[in-house]
Amino acid sequence: ITRTLLSSTPTPVTLSIPQECYLRKWDAYNAQTDDLRHDESQDDVNQDHVNQDRVNQDRVNQDRVNQDQVNRPMTLPEKVWHRHLVHSTPGEADLLYIDLHLIHEVTSPQAFDGLRLSGRKVRRPELTLATEDHNVPTADIDQPIADEISAKQVDTLRRNAAEFGVTNYPMGHANQGIVHVIAPEQGRTLPGMTVVCGDSHTATHGAFGAIAFGIGTSEVEHVLATQTLPQSRPKWMSVTVDGPAPAGVTAKDIVLAIIGEIGTSGGIGYVIEYRGQAISDLSMEGRMTVCNMSIEAGARAGLIAPDDFADPSTRENVGRALEYMGLTPGTPMRSIAVDTVFIGSCTNSRIEDLRAAAAVMEGRTVTVPRVMVVPGSHRVKLQAEAEGLHEIFRAAGADWREPGCSMCLAMNPDKLTQGERSASTSNRNFEGRQGRGGRTHLVSPAVAAATAVQGTFATPEDLPPIEGATS
Amino acid sequence: MKAVTVISGTGVPLKRSDVDTDQIIPAEWLKQVERTGFEKGLFATWRDDRDFVLNQEQYQGASVLVAGPAFGVGSSREHAVWAIQQGGFDAVIAPSFSDIFRNNCTKNGLVPVVLPESTVEQIWAAIEADPQTDITVDVERLVVEVPAAGIVAQFPMDAPTQHRFLNGLDDIGLTMAHVGDIDAFESSRPAWLP
Ligand code: SF4
Repeated sequence: ITRTLLSSTPTPVTLSIPQECYLRKWDAYNAQTDDLRHDESQDDVNQDHVNQDRVNQDRVNQDRVNQDQVNRPMTLPEKVWHRHLVHSTPGEADLLYIDLHLIHEVTSPQAFDGLRLSGRKVRRPELTLATEDHNVPTADIDQPIADEISAKQVDTLRRNAAEFGVTNYPMGHANQGIVHVIAPEQGRTLPGMTVVCGDSHTATHGAFGAIAFGIGTSEVEHVLATQTLPQSRPKWMSVTVDGPAPAGVTAKDIVLAIIGEIGTSGGIGYVIEYRGQAISDLSMEGRMTVCNMSIEAGARAGLIAPDDFADPSTRENVGRALEYMGLTPGTPMRSIAVDTVFIGSCTNSRIEDLRAAAAVMEGRTVTVPRVMVVPGSHRVKLQAEAEGLHEIFRAAGADWREPGCSMCLAMNPDKLTQGERSASTSNRNFEGRQGRGGRTHLVSPAVAAATAVQGTFATPEDLPPIEGATS
Repeated sequence: MKAVTVISGTGVPLKRSDVDTDQIIPAEWLKQVERTGFEKGLFATWRDDRDFVLNQEQYQGASVLVAGPAFGVGSSREHAVWAIQQGGFDAVIAPSFSDIFRNNCTKNGLVPVVLPESTVEQIWAAIEADPQTDITVDVERLVVEVPAAGIVAQFPMDAPTQHRFLNGLDDIGLTMAHVGDIDAFESSRPAWLP
């Protein structure tokens, strides 16, 4: 077991982490073996919050923690590392598979030229993404680049990308930007990936739970040719920032405080996993900021465990779900047209639900082809009719029906057809739940009613006011 | 990278010690975007001197550079190796090399040959007596032969490095020895990954 000591050297960073935000860290066990270990200590460890002020106390605790961690399962970065092992021989560098290789105009030209000289190809052009970012001008980009070297480098990147079949987003392209900004933006960075780039701030992508690190030009060539990279196994460290971070403490403040604590060389040889509430409270943008700065602590990489938002299996499911739903990411809900509106089910078929829907439909006309209002029970039906709600629904053009589960599960004739899209007040949007191939969006009764009127997903506030209405 | 078994050719006596990489290829040559053309920058500063050994008619076409101790010290630039190779050399004989330079040599197929200083001096004398003196560097047997001077000298090289030279394996080549593993890994990657 090895660990870095807390830095006693002042570092030139602003410590803006306040007292009530506790910072604690320990070196995780330096995994030199492949043993899977069982962890009993994690909860202990998490309760063991040590105030920054009590650094010496912390050191003592670290020793104990390190001993505890002999029997623990692999941490996230270890898992990611192990899952990318193409080849491993004791005493040699691990051969790691690279899921995403980002390139730019400065560190790639000689790598491509090396490929040409040895008659090699880019093994997986589709796992390689290029953009022009390091030395492009930020004004007058429609003009030729004035700087001779940058002009040459940009031109070389364009020619190399074309020759080797790599996608390049050139200056002026909608997808162009700083390589570490565009890859997450375009969904190219995914949790659990290995990401490399000929740039030291590649750890940015660790925000998504990826192991991401910077490489040199000869390594760029290596990855281009083989989609792998020999890498000595890093040491592992976790840094926990217990929170919540008080108002005004941003991701930048947190990471600067971490660097201030462990020192600018405190992370050398390590991959850091950032943990704790102050970290998990951060937005993805904030997490990128934290991971981005890992290199400033000397670390090879830094990452943050993906949560539900970014978990790989969730992403996988999201991808599949989007395909099933016939949607593309980023589509505004309000632009999606609906074929059927279903107001009903045990979730939203009570009188209050029907009143809410009726309040929206009153004085309006539905435009969605099929709008079914299915009371949850006969009593509900009678109550609704006593209040005249059924007249409102009918006047609007909706179908006032008999009670039952109806299209909640489509065991009756109330089914969606293949590809048909519904706004439904029911509770499950499983594939085929409302009919084979049907596409279910779960909504509230008010939204269902507004959508029925609008034709696309809408809230009541989206609807134009009713003419002659008093309010 | 080309496989190297036996190098046979004439030599250039570079009778200097501590030849650093800044002399081999000056920093201004590092701005290039290509991997070729570095022969023009090889010993650029020294070549301004008409009498510099590489400028001398009788040494043109040589393939073995015979230099003094501590060859390749200084900056780690791999360009130094490229420049020497592109200048027509397949091997450098010297009493000692800097570690980084020697490492860069093995990555690029330039053979670094360590011989005792006295042997190097004998070779210098032989070349200066007759620039057409034939020098053979046998990577298979790890032997340097200069028949005209009666030199048959062993040189050290670890087995993995020798393997790389004999099989023409650069780092990429070494990795591609595991191409079966890479193929297998790729076929088992989860579908959600691109
Ligand atoms: S089918 Fe739907 S509406 Fe019927 S009980 Fe089940 S969940 Fe509720």
